Amino acid sequence: MATRNDTAAPPAKEGGAAPGRPPAVSTEDERRHRARLSRRWQRDMRWSPYAFVSPFFLLFVAFGLFPLLYTGWASLHQVEMTAPTDMTWVGMRNYTRIFDDDFFWNAAKNTLTIGIISTVPQLLMAMGLAHILNYRLRASTFYRVAMLAPYATSIAAASLVFVLLFGRDYGMINWALHFVGIDAIDWQNDKWPSQIAVSSIVIWRWTGYNALIYLAAMQAIPQDLYESAALDGASRWKQFLHVTLPSLRPTILFTVVVSTIGASQVFGEPLLFDANKGASGGAEHQFQTLGLYLYEQGWVNQHLGRASAIAWTMFLILIVVGIVNYVISRRLRASS
Amino acid sequence: MEPEDAVPTARKVRRPKSARAGGQMHGGPIAYAILILFTIGSLFPLVWTAIAASRDNNRLAQSPPPFVFGSNLFHNLDVAWNDANLGKAFVNTTIVAGTSAATIVFLSTIAGFAFAKLRFRGRGALMLIVIGTMMVPPQLSIIPLYMMVAKLEWTDQLQAVILPSLVSAFGVFFMRQYLIQALPDEIIEAARVDGASSWRVVWHVVFPAARPAMAVLGMLMFVQTWNDFLWPFLVLSQTGNPTVQVAVAGLGRGYTPDQSLIMAGALLGTLPLLLVFAVFGKQIVGGIMQGAVKG
Repeated sequence: MATRNDTAAPPAKEGGAAPGRPPAVSTEDERRHRARLSRRWQRDMRWSPYAFVSPFFLLFVAFGLFPLLYTGWASLHQVEMTAPTDMTWVGMRNYTRIFDDDFFWNAAKNTLTIGIISTVPQLLMAMGLAHILNYRLRASTFYRVAMLAPYATSIAAASLVFVLLFGRDYGMINWALHFVGIDAIDWQNDKWPSQIAVSSIVIWRWTGYNALIYLAAMQAIPQDLYESAALDGASRWKQFLHVTLPSLRPTILFTVVVSTIGASQVFGEPLLFDANKGASGGAEHQFQTLGLYLYEQGWVNQHLGRASAIAWTMFLILIVVGIVNYVISRRLRASS
Repeated sequence: MEPEDAVPTARKVRRPKSARAGGQMHGGPIAYAILILFTIGSLFPLVWTAIAASRDNNRLAQSPPPFVFGSNLFHNLDVAWNDANLGKAFVNTTIVAGTSAATIVFLSTIAGFAFAKLRFRGRGALMLIVIGTMMVPPQLSIIPLYMMVAKLEWTDQLQAVILPSLVSAFGVFFMRQYLIQALPDEIIEAARVDGASSWRVVWHVVFPAARPAMAVLGMLMFVQTWNDFLWPFLVLSQTGNPTVQVAVAGLGRGYTPDQSLIMAGALLGTLPLLLVFAVFGKQIVGGIMQGAVKG
């Protein structure tokens, strides 16, 4: 960039054309010109930060906030897919309707169980992996990239592959299990096996990603902490318990929150894991999640108002989970 | 891959010290065994996709499942490509992911710069809102968005997919974290003293300084948009004007779907990203780890 070596003082931080500057300005014209520049400068300093952040907020309001509020509004109306502009006020009826629906509670339960069996082992394994990756290792980049490869795989591709791997008659997993004397499991139609299978897709795609996040946090822990712990005679395991875990608490909380949000929305995996590619989550709704239930109500049964009520119920549940998380984390911090 | 350049710089700098103090342990055989097990677990489904795609449907309905490649790969890829309209899907997905990633990177960089380096009223509160938006589940907005798209008659058109994916709170956060430490205040001041306007500062100082992070964010966002499923699935048809994911999902339809064709489609849909990973894996890993450390 060209440097302007003016004799006059460069625009100072506040009020460029402040009085008392050296009398370098000779003519009236030049003085006015400088004053104008300085005004423009001030305007620039003052408003450009807003110009830089406003695109984000404008797009967020248009495609995030407005739809969020509108969903709440629509949830109080009867709206059908066939005529989305005809809205009839029904108050809380959409909510009472879905709360009376056994499939809603079934979907809520499935979302919870699938959420737990996908998130808990995933984060535990990620933690263990991160701990190992934090050792000095040969070819450690290779392991990291390899473990992240599933993250590059889409839900669609991963789900279709897992359908085959979990096949009842010719699937790889049942074939492997028969060597240890386990009879063929009907991964698609039995309740728990199907939920485990759906969860395994989530686990497969996200464990490596979470391991990297933990690893990054572990590398930010000062080595001195370990050194002094070692001097005090703490074993590796004790060091992990008393140095690593406490330092990782904010990161763990972050991954728990992110995984919880992700788990509440599981949609593509159960949709594609279903042999009929339907929204019911299996013939007996055995792995229908709330996300799938929302899709079924809105796009299959065409009740957009009811689907909106489901969406807002999911949102409220997440807020409650968020508050519980916050309280737990404060308790933990207070106790340490 | 060489072990030494495995980690981002922050750790490399610290490493000699820890080695001297004996703080960082060498991994034992158990560590390697576990890592190799997980590596196999991560890669096996991908490799097996390719194996299944190289067989024919009848062979997949036999026990034991195939473990070696067959001879049908190119035939299956060819049929899947044509059946699922994958050519068009690839063009579509490239447009969608490219536009979204480029816009997100641009908007995130300028917003991240403002949050990292500029002082303005309401900065803290606005940043909190950005972080808060990460908590809002996208499923909450799909119904009005769908109504909007239907009303504008954008069903099956790419702008319906692109427009809602142009912002990323994660991106703003990521660039802010990077610029806080990567861009010294003195450089901005110097440019200011030289009389540069804010846009000139962004163009000549911020963009060059942020380039590595922009590249990583661009790749992350490209991967994410490429793999997006729910929203494209709702607004695009599976045969008329699909993205790759929607087209691949559509391959599984029908009562007796041809599994080897489905696997060929899944392989085709995943291959471009796996290639990106094979080439830029290290940078992507570094980027994810960098975004993870919060300040």
